[in-house]
Amino acid sequence: MSNQSSVEILTEWDIVAARQLGRNVAKELGFGTVDQARITTAISELARNIYLYAGQGRIEIQQLMENGIKGILIIAADQGPGIPDIRKVMEDGFSTSGGLGAGLPGVKRLMDEFKIETIPGEGTDIRATKWLR
Amino acid sequence: MNFRIPILKLRDTLIVSIQWELDDQTAIQFQEDLLNKLHETSARGVVIDLTSVDFIDSFIAKVLGDVISMSSLMGARVVITGIQPAVAITLIELGIRLEDVMTALDLENGLDKLQLELEA
Repeated sequence: MSNQSSVEILTEWDIVAARQLGRNVAKELGFGTVDQARITTAISELARNIYLYAGQGRIEIQQLMENGIKGILIIAADQGPGIPDIRKVMEDGFSTSGGLGAGLPGVKRLMDEFKIETIPGEGTDIRATKWLR
Repeated sequence: MNFRIPILKLRDTLIVSIQWELDDQTAIQFQEDLLNKLHETSARGVVIDLTSVDFIDSFIAKVLGDVISMSSLMGARVVITGIQPAVAITLIELGIRLEDVMTALDLENGLDKLQLELEA
């Protein structure tokens, strides 16, 4: 089963739209308030990364069903500059934008699964999953 | 689209209750409005109540942290109240530490704490 919806990220307002979409899907799937907050926060961070670093991209929310377990998949895809040194951005406290540096390691901790593919000059594709327990 | 968060004054304290999901613009506007209000009223304390806030991302956390530091520069103390369990959990998991921030369980406790702090 895969049911998807998406938000194009072009402006700051789209960050709000993306996390509202994610929260609604999480709620529908039956996630509790803490997981809803984790999912919403993860989407907000990923959408903001797209807005800040790539300028534009897309957040896609998919409902998953695997072995009878429901889940939510967040895909953050852009055709931005890519990430030259993934190891570095996955270090806590690393930020190139003067933010708090929570970034990707934080998103990884909030979710159950986290995958990142990036090609410098071509873009980045991040997939993060949370399973309903 | 762009609305402002009301800031109330009670004696020498400003009270803010954030009741809606904060977008970037509203958060930045709030920062400015609060500092201007401090300047106008010479309030010495601020309580920011987050009871109705159901998530905080790194951007909002940064704006909150900054406004606390900025208020402190102007001589006012800020107490954050009503952080929900889900918000506390996600903030720490995300890796955000709001250090040296006065917090209290609810508005009432926050006002008491602030009063003690201002009398000290």
